[in-house]
Order: sequence, then C-alpha cells, then structure tokens
Amino acid sequence: MSNLATTAGHAHGHDHGHDDHHHDSGETTVFGFWLYLMTDCILFASIFAVYAVLVNNVAGGPSGHDIFELPYVLGETALLLFSSITYGFAMLALFKGKKQQVLFWLGMTFLLGAGFIAMEINEFHLLISEGYGPSRSGFLSGFFTLVGTHGLHVTSGLIWMAIMMYQVQKNGLTSTNKTRLSCLSLFWHFLDVVWICVFTVVYLMGTL
Amino acid sequence: MFGKLSWEAVPFHEPIVMVTIAMIALGGLALFAAITYFKKWTYLWTEWLTSVDHKKIGVMYIIVAMIMLLRGFADAVMMRTQLAMATEGSPGYLPPEHYDQIFTAHGVIMIIFMAMPFFTGLMNLAVPLQIGARDVAYPFLNSLSFWLLVSGVVLVNLSLGVGEFAKTGWVAYPPLSGLQYSPGVGMDYYIWALQLSGLGTTLTGVNFLATVLKMRAPGMKLMDMPIFTWTCTWANVLIVASFPILTATLALLTLDRYMDFHIFTNELGGNPMMYVNLFWAWGHPEVYILILPAFGIFSEVISTFTGKRLFGHHSMVYASGAISVLGFMVWLHHFFTMGSGASVNAFFGLATMLISIPTGVKLFNWLFTIYQGRLRFTSQVLWTLGFMVTFAIGGMTGVLLAIPGADFVLHNSLFVIAHFHNVIIGGAVFGYIAGFSFYFPKAFGFKLNEKWGKAAFWFWIVGFFIAFMPLYALGFMGMTRRLNASTNPEWVPYLYVALFGAILIACGIASQLIQLYVSIRDRNKPENACEFGDPWNAHTLEWSTSSPPPFYNFAVLPKVDGIDPFTEAKENGTAYQAPAKYEPIHMPNNTATGVYMGALLTVFGFAMIWHIWWLAIAGLVGTVVVFVAHAARDDQGYMVPVETIERIEAEQHKRLVAAKAIPATRVETKLEQA
Amino acid sequence: MTLLDPVGQVGIEERNLIITATLLMLLVVVPVIIMTLVFAWKYRASNTSATYTPKWSHSTKIEVVIWTVPILIIIALGVITYKSTHALDPYRPLESDVKPITIEVVAMDWKWMFIYPEQGIATVNKIVFPANTPVNFRITSDTVMNSFFIPGLGGQIYAMAGMTTKLHLIANRNAEMEGISANYSGAGFTGMKFKAIATSQADFDAWVSEVKASPKQLDEAAYAALSVSSQNNPVELFSSYTPNLFQKIVDKYEGMTPGKPVKHEKKEVAGNDVADTSEHSAAGAEE
Repeated sequence: MSNLATTAGHAHGHDHGHDDHHHDSGETTVFGFWLYLMTDCILFASIFAVYAVLVNNVAGGPSGHDIFELPYVLGETALLLFSSITYGFAMLALFKGKKQQVLFWLGMTFLLGAGFIAMEINEFHLLISEGYGPSRSGFLSGFFTLVGTHGLHVTSGLIWMAIMMYQVQKNGLTSTNKTRLSCLSLFWHFLDVVWICVFTVVYLMGTL
Repeated sequence: MFGKLSWEAVPFHEPIVMVTIAMIALGGLALFAAITYFKKWTYLWTEWLTSVDHKKIGVMYIIVAMIMLLRGFADAVMMRTQLAMATEGSPGYLPPEHYDQIFTAHGVIMIIFMAMPFFTGLMNLAVPLQIGARDVAYPFLNSLSFWLLVSGVVLVNLSLGVGEFAKTGWVAYPPLSGLQYSPGVGMDYYIWALQLSGLGTTLTGVNFLATVLKMRAPGMKLMDMPIFTWTCTWANVLIVASFPILTATLALLTLDRYMDFHIFTNELGGNPMMYVNLFWAWGHPEVYILILPAFGIFSEVISTFTGKRLFGHHSMVYASGAISVLGFMVWLHHFFTMGSGASVNAFFGLATMLISIPTGVKLFNWLFTIYQGRLRFTSQVLWTLGFMVTFAIGGMTGVLLAIPGADFVLHNSLFVIAHFHNVIIGGAVFGYIAGFSFYFPKAFGFKLNEKWGKAAFWFWIVGFFIAFMPLYALGFMGMTRRLNASTNPEWVPYLYVALFGAILIACGIASQLIQLYVSIRDRNKPENACEFGDPWNAHTLEWSTSSPPPFYNFAVLPKVDGIDPFTEAKENGTAYQAPAKYEPIHMPNNTATGVYMGALLTVFGFAMIWHIWWLAIAGLVGTVVVFVAHAARDDQGYMVPVETIERIEAEQHKRLVAAKAIPATRVETKLEQA
Repeated sequence: MTLLDPVGQVGIEERNLIITATLLMLLVVVPVIIMTLVFAWKYRASNTSATYTPKWSHSTKIEVVIWTVPILIIIALGVITYKSTHALDPYRPLESDVKPITIEVVAMDWKWMFIYPEQGIATVNKIVFPANTPVNFRITSDTVMNSFFIPGLGGQIYAMAGMTTKLHLIANRNAEMEGISANYSGAGFTGMKFKAIATSQADFDAWVSEVKASPKQLDEAAYAALSVSSQNNPVELFSSYTPNLFQKIVDKYEGMTPGKPVKHEKKEVAGNDVADTSEHSAAGAEE
C-alpha cells in the first residue's frame, strides 16, 4: 500500500536528512567522497595491473633490484605513516573543537607529507640523472607512472590541506570545514593505504 | 608561443571540410544573432547555463546529444556514400586520411557524445523525480559534469577545422595510436576529448549513486525504486567501476605520447596488448551502461501503456544486476583472435553467453507485461515493440560472436558492425528516442506530435533493417570493417542497399526534426497540453507533479510504500492531496563555476593538444582557482518562502481541476501531521 | 558468400558451427518475435474483449519457465562452445597424414611478407601452397597490429610485433583466394591484400623453383627498402632471404620478452651503462 498523501509536518519531521539542507549535508558529502575514493581505487588498481605486466620488461636496462634503495624508501614510508597519525590527532582536535590544535596537527601533517614528496622527487631526480628515466624501459615507465600517480595524489592532498588550514584559520571550525576535513582525512588515509601497496608491490617485491 | 599551432592546421584545401565549417559558422552566427536580437542572453545564462536544476541540466544534455547525433549521422552517411562510390578501383571522393578520421569520429561521437549524454540527460530528467527527490545529491557537481562533457564536445568539433581528428578507429589501439604511427594532433584531440568528458561521466556516476542511496522519498525501499531508476543505478555502478579504467588508460597513452614513456609501445618493453585489455575492460561495461537505461525506459513505457504493473519487477532488477556484474567478466571476447589459448577463450565465450540469460528474461518480462494488458499503440510503444523484435536478432548475432570458433571468421568483419548497430540502434537509440517522447511532456508541458513520431519510427526501423542486414551478408562475404573502398565487385549491390537504408534513416531523423517543429508550433492546442503532469496515466512519482515540474519538484516530499506509488495513490484517491500548510524548502543556488571550469578545461585540453604549455598551465591553474573560490564561498543555498510555494501549487491546483484530475469542488484536505 | 562456402576444412567446421548455433538460438528468438507481435495485437487497447489484469505482475510458474528456457539453450550452446573452442583452436596442429608445410608471415606497412623456411624463399603479397596439406603459419608484425585472415580457409589471428602467433589451416581443394588484414592498421589498410593459392603438389614445386630463379634476394638492404611504407604493394618474389629473418624481426622488439637480469653494479660502472642505454633509447624513439 503506498500513499502519496503527505503532511507538512513530515517535511520537517523525523526525516530531516531527506529534506532540510539535503544538499551538501555533511553526511551525504562524506558518503559521496567514499564513492569517489572507490573510483580512485579502481584507477590505482588499473595502474598496479599495468605495473605488474611491465615489471619484467626491463629491455636490457635495470630491474627494481638494481635501482631501489630500501632504507631510503623506508624513510619515505615512515614520513607518510607518521603523517597519517598526525592527521588523526588533527581529527581528534577537530572533534574537541580546538582550532589551534587542529591547525598545529594539520601543519605537522603538511610538513611530513611535503617531506615525503621531497624525498620522492629526489629519488626520481637521481634515477633520471643516472639514465634510468621512464623512457628507458617498460618497467621504468610503469614504475614512474605508479609511484608518480601516488605522488601527484599526495601533492593534491597537500594543496587541499594548505587551503583547509587557511579556511580554518579564517572561518574557524564551521560545519563545512568539518565535513571537508573529514573528506581530506579519508583521502589522506586512503593514500597511505595505497602507499603501503606501492611499497609492498614495487619496493619490497622488487628488491627481495 | 603557440606550440604546434599555425595557420597550416586549418585544412583550407579540403572543400568538404571548409563547406561544413562555413555552414556551422553561419548557423552559429545566426543563433548568436537571434539570441542577441531577442535579448535572451541573460535568460539563457541565468536560467539554463548556470542552472544546477537536474531537469534543466537533463534537457541540456539531450540537446547536446541530438546535435551530436546529427554530426555523427552525417559522418555515417559520408562513409556509406564513400563505400558506394569507391568501387571497381575508383578511389571514391574521400582520401584515406580523411575517411579514416570520419569513421573514428563517427564511433567516438556516437558513443561518447551522443549515446552517453542522451542517457545521462534522460537520467537527469527522470531519476530524481522518480525517487521523489528535490534534486540530485550534489547539484553543483552535476552542472560541472555537464560542462566537462561540453568541453569534450567542443574539442571533438574543433578538430574538424583546426588540425585533424584521430585516424585510428574509435578503439585507438596502440601502437597505431602511439606517437610513432600517429604523430599528428588527431590522437591528442581524441585523448583529451575523451578524458575530459570521461571525468564528467565518473562524477555523474558518483552523483547519481549517492542520489538514489541517500535521497529517496521517505518510505521508498531500494526494491521499490522504479525500474528506470534501477537500470540507471546499475549503469552508474558500471560507470563508477569502469570509467576510472578509461581515465587510467588514456593517461598512460598520454604519457607514451607526450613524455616518451614505453607503456604501450612496441619498443623497449612496452605492451600494446595491455591497452587492448584495458580498453575493453572499460569498453564492454560501457555498452551495458548504454543499453541498461534503455531497458529501463522500455519497461516504463510498456507498463505505462498497457495500463499494467510491470511483470516481474524484482526479477528485472536482478536481471539488470546480473548483466552488470557479468558485463565485467567478458571483455576478452573483443579479441579472441589475439591467441590467448582455447581455455581462456572458452571461459570468456561462456561468460558472454551467460549474459543472454538475464537479457532473455527481460524480453520475456516485457512480453508478459503486454499479456493481459491494454496496449495503447503510441509512438513510444512502437519504438518498444520495434526494439523487442530488433534486439532479439541483435542478441542472437551477439551470442554467435561470443562463440570463439565463429568469431575467428567473423571478427572485425561487417558482421560485427551489423551486430553492434543492431543492439545499439535497435536497443539503446530506440530506447532513448522512446524516452525522449515519453518524458518530453514532463519537461515542457506539452506532447510531441504523434503522426511525425510514428513516421520517424517507421523510417528508422525499415531504414535500419535495409542499412544493416546487407552488412551481415557482407560479413559472410569476407568484407572487413574500416575499408575505404570495396575491393570485390560482389559487395557492391549490398553496399548500394546499405546506402539506401542510411537515406531512410535520414528521413527518420528529418521526421523527428519536423516533429519537434510541429509540436512546438502546436504546443498550445488543448490535445497537446498536459501541464497538469500526467499525460499517460502513468505509475510513478515523476508524473504526480506538474509538467514542467516546479523547480523544487515536490512541494511536499511524497511518502512511498511499494512500487507504482502514483497508481496506488490515484486508485486510493489520495493523489494530489495538498497539505494544510507548506514548509519552506531548501534549494541550492545556481552557479557559474561549472561553466567557468568547463571553459578553462577546454582551454587546457586545447593547449595540451597543440603543446602550448604556458596556456595549458594557465588553464589548469585557472580551473583549480575557480574551484577553490567556489568552495570558499561555501554557498549554503536558500529557503524557498512558503508564499512562493503556495502560489505555484495554487496554479497547479487549477490545472488539475481543469484536467479533471481532481474534482473542482474538493477542498484541500487537511491531514493530521505525521 | 565466402564464409558459407569455404575451401578449407577449418572454415567448413566454423561454418557448421555458425549454422548449428544460429538454429539453436532461433528456437528462442523466433517464438519471442512472434509472441511480441501476437501479444501486442491481441492485447491492443481497442480489443476490449481480451482479458485485462492490471495488477497481475507476478507468476512463479512463468518466472521459472522464462529463466529455465534461456538457461537450457545456453547450456546446450555452452557445451558446443566449449568443445568447438578447443577443436578449432588456431594453435592446434591439424591432424593429417601429409607432412605440413610452414609459412612465416610478417605484417608490414601495408603489405604481407612471407617466408618459406623449408623452401628458402620469400614473397610479398602472395602465397602458394599445396592443397590437402596442412599449412602451419607463424605470424608476427614489424609494425602495428594486423590480423592475418584468409576468409576462404577460415580462422584468423592477430599479427603483433615482438610476438609469434600461430594459425593452422588446410585447403580441401585447389583454389585462388584472397587474403586480407582484418584489423585496421592505418592509411594503406584497404590495399593490404594478398593472393593465397592452393594448388597441386606438382604445381607448388614448379612455383617454388620459379621463385628460386627470381633475381631478387631479400637481403638486409632489400628488407630495409621493403620496410618503407607503401600502399597496394605489388607481388614480389625473392629467391633467398637473410638467415633467421623471421626471428630477427620478432627479436627486434626484445623488450617484450622478460629482460635479462642486470647485475647489481656499483655506481661508477652504472655510469658506462648510462651512455650505452641512452643511445639505445634514442634509437628506439626514432624508430
């Protein structure tokens, strides 16, 4: 039995999420961001698959075993993992409504993330200057694509974070800023998970 | 300064291209002049281009789709003419470098810039209304998706006059599409046009999934969602799962072409066959993205015009789901001839055949919806019946192609061309046209002319069979696709017949244009007007509101308890009841951000195509800045005051009385508050 | 209709498969089409004498039937598919008492080059082979992807750079057939055709000696000349060819095959490697 009869009270009643502020209401936004992350996940999955196909196509050039420096990459990994923890502290501060703490932990996260990117750029620079750029072989193309795509994501995350710090500084912990910081949190942790896969598939499996 | 761009990029020496450009330019100028003369720029800008209203975005999608249908069809006629002329050693009127662009453009345009926006437009128009929502989950994102599509459309059409388009076929397999074999900008137009519009499609998928999951009317369970919404939902699941693969694949090809990577090259360890796999991992789900919503439209049409509930609503939902899931496991059937080995081929062949089970179930469900119904032979029903007959044949040839042993002789032949036109024209396009005339009154408040609609149908279906049945035969005669001349005199009569069929389809398209003209001319005739909202005596919520619906769709969100809620309400006498008192409604503001971002990304794409690096950087940075500025404004929308709602609903009340949908004497029922 | 009247055994089996499968599917398709038209006519709105059940939307009986019928047809088709896919696997050598003949095929822009390793000859855009003798084709490409297809014999397979695909065909009688590329490969694709002639063993032998008498030899210079893009290339006959030509063409794209392991070298040594490899990649880019 369906019933089209509706009541005015209903519109403002228990089904709040369906009506008032249903556009960009925080919950829906975060849900949509989850969906977006799923698409990003598939994008990474495709690139991982490509890397797996190309990993042995070294075309007479170096393999991962020859060029990866595990201790260096472990350093990178540590930076990124710590940045996830500091972002977690930022979120805790957000829930407590402490603006200055949020800004402090976001700043820490930003520094750690920037450190990660700097180390990655340095690694790329070194490889290219040794003649092991992406043009050298299918394997290196796959490597630069996979690691580079992750790096580009982290960089966008950093830009987003910088903008959020400015927004929080200016407008405080508004509900919009809370939602956006939650989305960025998802994004940041997602990139961490992807990096763990990169570290395992590319660096660990490439060197061990 | 301008990268590879120079005056030589404009093909002044090609009369066909120059005449086309001149005609487009004149048409564009006339349109510009008309809008200026009638002082409609402000109206156009504030009411349409910057709108975040899903109904208006839907209409704009469909307009783009129809324009691109004309462009893509012109390509088709040029191809058929070339093949009818280029016989017995004659080169025809199109040199290979032009002909090869035409068939590539035809495929890309028809799939990415005609079928996709047509489906997206219908989905925009109907889905939020069907689930009793006031808009999609993210209205701004919806506008942005549309303008990303427009970016792609602009780039594809720019390639006509500035440079060239790809000469690789719409699949653009490397190494042919790599820098070594396709050094021109044509491939780059392909990449950026698809990349930008593909991003828009991904966002649409996310948006509409969130919409159906989060914004359904109170009481509407997932299984209560109308079948069109369900098929669109499955299509969106496919979009979200498959378009990122396209994005990745195009990005990898871009790296090969722009930065000397070796991912899909022949040399230095690239693997071109990986592209073929990735392309079809997206490409096969893509055809189900096109066909599933069409299935949904046919279901709505059949259940509406038989005056009957859809037979097997639930099994329809499951069948669509099965098609979606299986659609991801069959991509290899596009290249059995790559030499994967018998067991692999057999697996993918069998998986493909499995899809015909749920598809067959759907056909039977439609049949048993007609069974013991009262079928009104409207044009929408003709399209549906035409589809059922045509699609049965197309499905059969599809299963035939799924048998590796048969595919080894039919692969890449005109048989394949006939097959997929059989399912895409006879399935998707018929569905979209049926959906167009079904939902047209909802969008504009008047019906389309039936006489011309039926003429269009007969021209289309007869034209389709005459144009494509010979192609099946030519496939058996060993004629392969993408030939620019016929090398065997036996083929020629069939090619003539096919050209004649294409001309009949042209008559069908002309009938549709006349239909539009006649309908707009006669819009105020009483038999055409249906502003009260329910011209077809239909089942679902979109028909319970006025036509066109008020911008807020529903003054009060409907409460749903089962499928076909509007039919139930009409039978219970609870339809059209107004509440005692309206509440203010929260709505989003229009924004030009989508337009600006689309424009800047078009500039970015164009600059990337022509290697104008400073402009590309400017376009990209501009896009980010515009987006960040939009986000920083943090526009929370506005509340529609009760007075406005009361005024709009009072008008609707008058219309309902005039249409005898509710008795004139009835006083607004006062209902208790829930 | 070439495919419906094939010259080769493989083609005949593929045709029979197509006919069987089509008939099997028509078992569902024809009733569906008839039911569509009959139901639509019978339950037209103007026919008020027909039963009208607006609420009837579910029947377990009917649902069982409409799921079962397609499933049964697909099971039957599936069995046929599974068996035929293995029987008609292009990689499977044909069973015959006659010793097979090998022909190596190279797709080029835009012509086909053929090597007869057993006879020591090479041709362009023409093959001759004895009827009733299995022909083992080994196929690669020195350019973009093509598909090697002689419609009269049945079966096709892609020609891809750096890879060798195989196709096994046989002609049941003497015939002159057209061979084509069935995968679009660029501007000269339409003219990328060759003659495929099945003859008696005696005529084949005569043809081989005729080719052996040809003045042209497919040495490296001749192959380089042949590699230049050309459209509607005429038939060319070569009395000899560079040894191992086919394998050399496949190996040209050696990156496709898993790379040779490079020893972990110290940085100084790697420096030499750099100079070496950059040359290599430059050459690769020019290709």
